[in-house]
Amino acid sequence: MARVAFLFLLVLLGACCQQAYAAIDAYPFPDDELRQRHNALIDELRCPQCLNTNLAGSDSMIAKDLRREVHRLLLEGKSDEEILDFMHARYGDFILYKPRLQRGTIILWFGPLFLLLVAAVVLFRLVKSRKVEVTNLSEADARRLEELVGRK
Amino acid sequence: MTVNKSLLIPLAVFILLVTVLAFGFRLEDPHYLPSELIAKPFPDFNLQDLHDPERNLTVDDIKGNVSLVNVWATWCPNCLVEHPELMRISREEDIPLYGVNYNDDSRKAIGWLERHENPFLFSIVDDKGTLAIDLGVYGAPETFVVDRQGVIQYRHVGAVSREIWERKIFPVVELLRAQAGGD
Repeated sequence: MARVAFLFLLVLLGACCQQAYAAIDAYPFPDDELRQRHNALIDELRCPQCLNTNLAGSDSMIAKDLRREVHRLLLEGKSDEEILDFMHARYGDFILYKPRLQRGTIILWFGPLFLLLVAAVVLFRLVKSRKVEVTNLSEADARRLEELVGRK
Repeated sequence: MTVNKSLLIPLAVFILLVTVLAFGFRLEDPHYLPSELIAKPFPDFNLQDLHDPERNLTVDDIKGNVSLVNVWATWCPNCLVEHPELMRISREEDIPLYGVNYNDDSRKAIGWLERHENPFLFSIVDDKGTLAIDLGVYGAPETFVVDRQGVIQYRHVGAVSREIWERKIFPVVELLRAQAGGD
């Protein structure tokens, strides 16, 4: 019985702590739409100090500061695009989980397609040039061809 | 021996592709982010002086000379590691060294500088981390080389050692001074 009570207490404690944790970052928002945009933004921005965690999921100081910045910029009435630009200007491509269409990514994404196209053209030409046109057979050759085909 | 030259084309394309990919996917330390701020002006700020809260510092205070701006904090262990080298630079090298006290408690910061000596001409109080965010700082310490016009010319992430100073930072400083002298 004591064990059950102890477990119960443990669960209760866990619940309390979780609440406390969630409250750390409770920024006030005038409406729910803004809060949702905030959550979406910190979800798709990468924490610059961590290798693979978004701002929402990181406990590091810089992630905390950047969440606060996102909140501040949202309250200033900045659009999502402007906020992403703000972050990109300071932290570069690394901070965006969704990479932008730029020189490097164009080569990376469309390069293979381009190479495939080139390969297709080369293959097409190769096949075409190998087709030997057989015309103007001499009498003897024609007879020999007939023979060969006929014997088959 | 004759070689059909057109057979060499796929080989050439293959070598080109390997070279491009090797450069594009080179394995480097993934902790190191390329800086977006090189060749951009030092961001505007208006913040307190750590030792003189009455005094407001702006970007104009770091212009005029080729200078070093070091982002540091008392909570940052590597700042203590690089501290002796910063002290040496402040004593032996003829370059102004400014601090950005990042996300810190000013009282603790002043105490820290008293305990370990102060290499900075002044420290900018960035207790909200706003200047650090404008600088694209993602950890401390970071050190920026700023030219006379206040343009960031080099950035070093991590502790500055004697070797880093000699191999990376000093050459940049020398180059900037030579350029400035030629004007």
